[in-house]
Amino acid sequence: MKKLAPKTTPFHECLAALNETGIWKHWSGYLAAPRYQYSTTSEYYAIRNSVGVFDTSPLFKYRITGPDTVRFLQLVMARDISQCQVGSAQYTCWCDPDGFVLQDGVILRVGEEEFWLTAAEPSLHYFRATASQLAFSGVTIEDISADYGILAIQGPHAFNVVSQLTGAADELRYFEMAQTEIEGCLSLISRTGYTGDLGYELWIPTAQAHRIWQCLMKAGEDYNITPIGLDALKMARVEAGLLLLDVDFRSSRFAWVDEQRESPIELGWRWMFRKLAEDKREFIGREAIETQLTERTNRWVTVGLNIDWHDYKRVHMEAGIMPPKHELYCESTRNIYRRGSKEWTYAGYATSFLFSSLLKKPIAIAKLPNELAKPGTEVDLEIAVIRKPRNVLAQVQRMPFFNPPRKTQVPPGGTSP
Amino acid sequence: MKKDAAYDAVVIGGGHNGLVNAAYLAKSGLKTLILEQRPLIGGAAITEELVPGYKFTTFSYALSLLRPEIVQDLDLVSHGLLVLPMTNSFQPGLNGEYLLLGPDSDVNFHEISRHSVEDAESYRDLSHLIDRVCHALKPLVDEIPPNSMSQDPADLAEMAALNQYLEDLPADIRAMLEKFTTCSAAEILDDYLECDLLKAQIASSGIIGTKAGPRSKESGLIWLFHKLGEYDGVQGEWGFHKGGNGGFTQVLARAFESFGGTIRTNAGVDEVIYKNGKVTGVRLGDSTRIEAPIVVSALDPRRTFMQLVDPADLPSDLVQAIRDFKFQGTASKVNFALSDLPKFPGLNGHRNAFTGFTNIGPSFDYLEEAFADCLAGRYSRRPFLDCCVQSTVDPDMCPPGKHIMSCFVMYTPYHLAESDWDSERENLGDTVEATLEEFFPGFRKLVEHREVVTPLDIERVVGLSEGNIFAGEMFSPQMFLNRPAPGWNQYRTPIAGYYQCGSGTHPGGGVMGGPGRLAAKQILNDHSTATSPAR
Repeated sequence: MKKLAPKTTPFHECLAALNETGIWKHWSGYLAAPRYQYSTTSEYYAIRNSVGVFDTSPLFKYRITGPDTVRFLQLVMARDISQCQVGSAQYTCWCDPDGFVLQDGVILRVGEEEFWLTAAEPSLHYFRATASQLAFSGVTIEDISADYGILAIQGPHAFNVVSQLTGAADELRYFEMAQTEIEGCLSLISRTGYTGDLGYELWIPTAQAHRIWQCLMKAGEDYNITPIGLDALKMARVEAGLLLLDVDFRSSRFAWVDEQRESPIELGWRWMFRKLAEDKREFIGREAIETQLTERTNRWVTVGLNIDWHDYKRVHMEAGIMPPKHELYCESTRNIYRRGSKEWTYAGYATSFLFSSLLKKPIAIAKLPNELAKPGTEVDLEIAVIRKPRNVLAQVQRMPFFNPPRKTQVPPGGTSP
Repeated sequence: MKKDAAYDAVVIGGGHNGLVNAAYLAKSGLKTLILEQRPLIGGAAITEELVPGYKFTTFSYALSLLRPEIVQDLDLVSHGLLVLPMTNSFQPGLNGEYLLLGPDSDVNFHEISRHSVEDAESYRDLSHLIDRVCHALKPLVDEIPPNSMSQDPADLAEMAALNQYLEDLPADIRAMLEKFTTCSAAEILDDYLECDLLKAQIASSGIIGTKAGPRSKESGLIWLFHKLGEYDGVQGEWGFHKGGNGGFTQVLARAFESFGGTIRTNAGVDEVIYKNGKVTGVRLGDSTRIEAPIVVSALDPRRTFMQLVDPADLPSDLVQAIRDFKFQGTASKVNFALSDLPKFPGLNGHRNAFTGFTNIGPSFDYLEEAFADCLAGRYSRRPFLDCCVQSTVDPDMCPPGKHIMSCFVMYTPYHLAESDWDSERENLGDTVEATLEEFFPGFRKLVEHREVVTPLDIERVVGLSEGNIFAGEMFSPQMFLNRPAPGWNQYRTPIAGYYQCGSGTHPGGGVMGGPGRLAAKQILNDHSTATSPAR
């Protein structure tokens, strides 16, 4: 019988040698390490204090080319791609005709008529079918997922490491990209990432993956370069206020009812449409999004929650236990209630919960109705203390929770804390 | 005589407790001034770039005991608090054996099993019991202790409540607490474990900074004290502040200044000025007078009661208690700039062995031998070392590829029987290097720079009497109800408006901040009572 083995990324052998725990998870059918060492916190702090490297190769990668590409993407994507210059990147999303989000992703403008896109879920057929339905003949969409591996190099020393591999990093501003040669290998570099920190992502041709990995490790050796797993990455992304598909929202494509679907406004991406008044283009979902913007018909907003440390401590101490903090990251739903004379009046829910080691307090990503979404608003978050539900005071906060100047600083510099 | 603008409160000493105390006072709205004798703030929690590019944690070198409330109350994260995890604890033995404990309890189980299968299991029981004891003690650590000498009904009620609290603790916790306060670390450990390497590693927490060996009865309490800390809720775990503990005190200074506080360096205080039993201000070394109705000493009890004020103005029982208060510093520091990581021959294939503490002290006998030298009035010929290669945790401590190693050295008695520290300083450095060479062959060749800090240097530079790192020994008779003296454990002094907030007060030493915080609480209680319109 033929064994259906999980796929491995182009860097797998290099990373497997560094995985002290021997633990692997599946991510889009690829082996991915939740962590490489026994301390997730150490990996996490590589991102915040030195430099971490994350293998983000399991993302789906598409190349979109041809004379109709800009017009096509202007129609498919919620943000106007014409605002993204050659050599820049854009974080965007694409919606269904009702304005519900199908997916989010980062798109890179490699040339006037050439874009590269990463996505968490397969989207080749969706893009091709959409192009064909809308009669765009001058656009070609290719799946280049297997052709490249992607490494995210993130942390205050990311520039010090990457700049040893390519001079292209010197000039890059936040969300810019360039094609470059790394050790004679044609690669792509972007100043992007999923950590909210200074960082770069390198697209390396699969055949060269091992060789470039070794070069990277050598360049990073003196900066304590540390491979980081999914767990540490996810902790960092909560602090950065970056949403995760199937945790903080799900694709409209596979939802059963609208209650499971969310608009970009509901996901807290109102900022994507700041210039919508001047933006005259048609795009899929525009009408619904515009209505929500003008009539405030969005059902909820995704916000940050700052959980009161003293209250969090109190409910645990009253139960006779230490408040759990260490490496505490949860993706399960927690209910949120209105504060008032009556306890347990449902208001919304939290999707991601983290005790932030950096911020020294619990934080969460939450969905709340408009009237409770203003920063500073107090709500009750339900947590289980020895299996019993307890309410803890939380305050609505604007995301990101953590946004260091070095993320966008030019030139990037080395070590600003 | 020069006279400066008046303040609501003046804090003498800009160490971590002075900073914490002053920050709480400033936050509550008091116009607060910190006076620091040195050109830099931080006391014994400083980081110095002695060689360009190399940062040395001259004195204190790690964080754990810092009260989490302080981080929250003073909003330290927004001022740059960044505590990196120290995940491993490495205990090299002689003959190539070793014990390497890390963040995963199952991996630790198997690591200890290499030495003793039963210990591997008992270690878990013991760790859990200690966690529960520490948890039970937290309310006592984080509150102003009661006054055992007072006959005031409110104080008597507080003492009764304390006794009731202790009586109500589960029997096993009470029994263990009793052991910690009366037994040596060795006695307690012998009940649970058999592996020498493991026992010595644990017992090292019981001798740090103290004139006690693992078999001295004082070591139980010192061990317990060091377990009261935490890293993100994991009890007994340690962290390293970005840039060392100097980085941490800079954070405190920024927090203090953000609340409107003023720091004055190169401003040593000669005396506290008081009239009719009430404090009125301080006089600096240059004769400048600064007036304030509240003066707080963050210095040790000897300086607070015997130098800053005239002991003749104090009750004789207090003066006697302070005279009897034991300092007798026994710790030194030797810090190294290294060209590469030290290599331990037996350590095959283990990465990250140094990202935490490395303990040189493989057995009770080794530690007791080191202690015997101390009792004989000389420094240990083969010292106990608590080392940390800090650059593996924070690469910004030195240039890329290089390393910084901090070594805490025991035992080095303040009073040497047959020599003096100015003559012995470099000899001590050599002794430490020789010991490291024994465990890490080739160590000497890695040394690019060395800094030796003796108990005398600690006293001279920081001002801690006899170089005691805890501002006085943390023996039972000098703790809790008795720190620094019975009846004077609530941060007040016999002089109204004059307070104490240093490590010589409850809960004690270490970069804890507890004394600073609790003293502020007391001061603000008194202040609000004094200024409330009802009176």
